Amino acid sequence: MQVLKRKSLALVGNHAVAYAVKQAKPQVLSVFPITPQTTMLEKLAEYVSKGELKAEMIRVESEHSAMAAVYGAAVAGSRVFTATSSQGLLYMTEMIYWAGGQRVPIVAAIATRALAEPWTIWDDHQDFISKRDAIWIQMMAENVQEAYDMTLQAFKISEDQRVIMPVMMGFDGFILTHTMERVEVLEDSEVDSFLPPRQFNLIDFSDPVGVGPIATPDEYIKIRYEAKKAMERSKDVIRDIMKEYEKISGRKYDLVECYKCEDADYVIVSMGAWSSDGKVAVDRLRNNGEKVGLLKIRVFRPFPKEEIREKLKDVKAVVTFDRAYSFGSGGILANEIKSALYGNNIPVHSVIAGLGGKDVRPLHFQNVIEDLISGKLEEERWIL
Amino acid sequence: MSLITNPRRIPKLYRGNAACPGCPIPKELDILIEELGEKAVLVVPASCTTVIMGDTTGMPSTIPVVHSAFAAASPIASGIVRSLRMKGDNDSIVAVWAGDGGTADIGFSAISGSAERNEDILYVCYDNEAYMNTGIQRSSLTPKGAWTTTTPEGKREFKKPMPFIMAEHKIPYVATASVAYPFDYQNKVKKAKQIKGFRYVHLLSPCPPGWRFDSSLTIEIAKLAVETGIWPLFEIENGEFRLTSISKTLIDKKNRKPVTEYLKLQGRFSKLNEKEIKEIEDSVDELWEEIKSYIKQ
Ligand SMILES: Cc1ncc(C[n+]2csc(CCOP(=O)(O)OP(=O)(O)O)c2C)c(N)n1
Ligand code: SF4
Repeated sequence: MQVLKRKSLALVGNHAVAYAVKQAKPQVLSVFPITPQTTMLEKLAEYVSKGELKAEMIRVESEHSAMAAVYGAAVAGSRVFTATSSQGLLYMTEMIYWAGGQRVPIVAAIATRALAEPWTIWDDHQDFISKRDAIWIQMMAENVQEAYDMTLQAFKISEDQRVIMPVMMGFDGFILTHTMERVEVLEDSEVDSFLPPRQFNLIDFSDPVGVGPIATPDEYIKIRYEAKKAMERSKDVIRDIMKEYEKISGRKYDLVECYKCEDADYVIVSMGAWSSDGKVAVDRLRNNGEKVGLLKIRVFRPFPKEEIREKLKDVKAVVTFDRAYSFGSGGILANEIKSALYGNNIPVHSVIAGLGGKDVRPLHFQNVIEDLISGKLEEERWIL
Repeated sequence: MSLITNPRRIPKLYRGNAACPGCPIPKELDILIEELGEKAVLVVPASCTTVIMGDTTGMPSTIPVVHSAFAAASPIASGIVRSLRMKGDNDSIVAVWAGDGGTADIGFSAISGSAERNEDILYVCYDNEAYMNTGIQRSSLTPKGAWTTTTPEGKREFKKPMPFIMAEHKIPYVATASVAYPFDYQNKVKKAKQIKGFRYVHLLSPCPPGWRFDSSLTIEIAKLAVETGIWPLFEIENGEFRLTSISKTLIDKKNRKPVTEYLKLQGRFSKLNEKEIKEIEDSVDELWEEIKSYIKQ
């Protein structure tokens, strides 16, 4: 890794994302407040009011309208940003599908939070994961640095001519949104060359088109098929853009991250902030002589099936950690991993934990792996 | 992405679109598009007009059309106009063309929000007094007594006073209009076009299948709605209320045709009894009393 002397700032996750957004120079923003995203919205409003970010900020009356407003602005050629969480994401859902189906470049940051009922403001991934079929690229950050980096990457991915698709950047509510970390930021000029002005506009008065009309059955399925192909193409694009970003920042990113999983017999699969706790557990278990690793899913849509198959092909068993659940079916990540490994005869155990913000520590990961090794881990375990 | 193009360009909606026989929407859109000129975008939420505006095989509009989910038209229009202005385009116009349901029901919080923010949008509600696209279900703009498929006994409640509600938002321009008075409508669009901020035009738009009348009677009925005083033509410019066209003469009840002339042509009112008709007549008188109070002496 290149070692560069860079500007570092102490930022909470929400402010790190806001800082990245400011550097990305969107022309239109529309954000409606919800815990734990609110302080990001406030920071963006401050940037706009001080003139540090020259953007139109549309202070709408709901998340449905926030997504509608950035959709309209994106259709008319602006770089756009919005952010929400939990109930807000649910309220936005109709427009999430609308934007995904029409495939316009939008970046949305999702401070993940569990869903009511019961009311809760704490973290899990049920909100984020519930948007998995909306034709959005979905990525999830592990720490504040990654949330900053991923926000910048998201704009470039979403606007890439080979992709043109909205991108959702998830990061764990409170755990990352409100935790202060040292964040290495890029220079504004570096961001400018990484993210040139946007080339996308569907409004042309000299050549008028209808945007998003009714599709005939023949056309509908074709348009969906095109989206499927774009989603598949996006894997290479995401990888390319992450490599390009690595050249500037010195920070290496890929669709998945392998932490000591190359030679591992047992692998934890996780997504988001608790991957760090998982890594601590991996280190402790390695100290005890166990060959354990962790595979972090950084890009959730498109799901990196081949990469996962490749990384896990020689392991004895896998245990997925899910912060979201499909009632009547199982851990959502667990199901995805099982499908990715289909035919490989690798046992996949599923752990459901951390729902509604329930604390999970390295020790929990450690206990699970110890039970896995000694054959005591059930197919599905809930840490209550 | 689903996009459709329209190769010919005359500033009118093309003939042969998917509207029902006798539907006033194509004529109403003709007038609007002609007045707005070429640098205009139309945002259309789910409604009969979604269908009229074509499908992926072609569209009849000569200006860009952005289709919208049912509740999202005014914020999509806000996004478009802010985006155009950010890029230095200050003379284009963004208009919403929405039904009564999209305006007064599901999109109500959104239109109210856009009006409160005084977004630079021309919003036209074409009011066919029910959800016609899904097959004649009541909306909050369906008049009292009217049959719909979800009010088989006749609607119990009065129509939501949408133009007045919009005026309460203190937006710069509110107007009512009718396809039977095309010059009045045209002048209002022309005036609204010159104004910056949120402008609201509410068109009463008779619907032959929904209102149960013969498709040759559309203009007749649109005219009777005005002549009987049920649909007063007015504008509220910067808070100043003004009657327009023949409605100016209708302040005197003598000049108004009997309400029953309007009701009797429409199957949707055919089951009303005398008491109910009297109630509607009284409500028209009340409306005119209210209007009198708005007119500066
Ligand atoms: C969220 C949502 N709910 C319901 C519908 C179904 N829907 C489509 S058009 C429509 C009625 C539209 O009524 P209105 O706005 O009065 O316009 P009109 O059809 O009368 O022209 C409904 C209920 C929808 N498209 N979206
Ligand atoms: S149902 Fe009514 S409003 Fe809709 S297209 Fe037909 S006539 Fe026009």
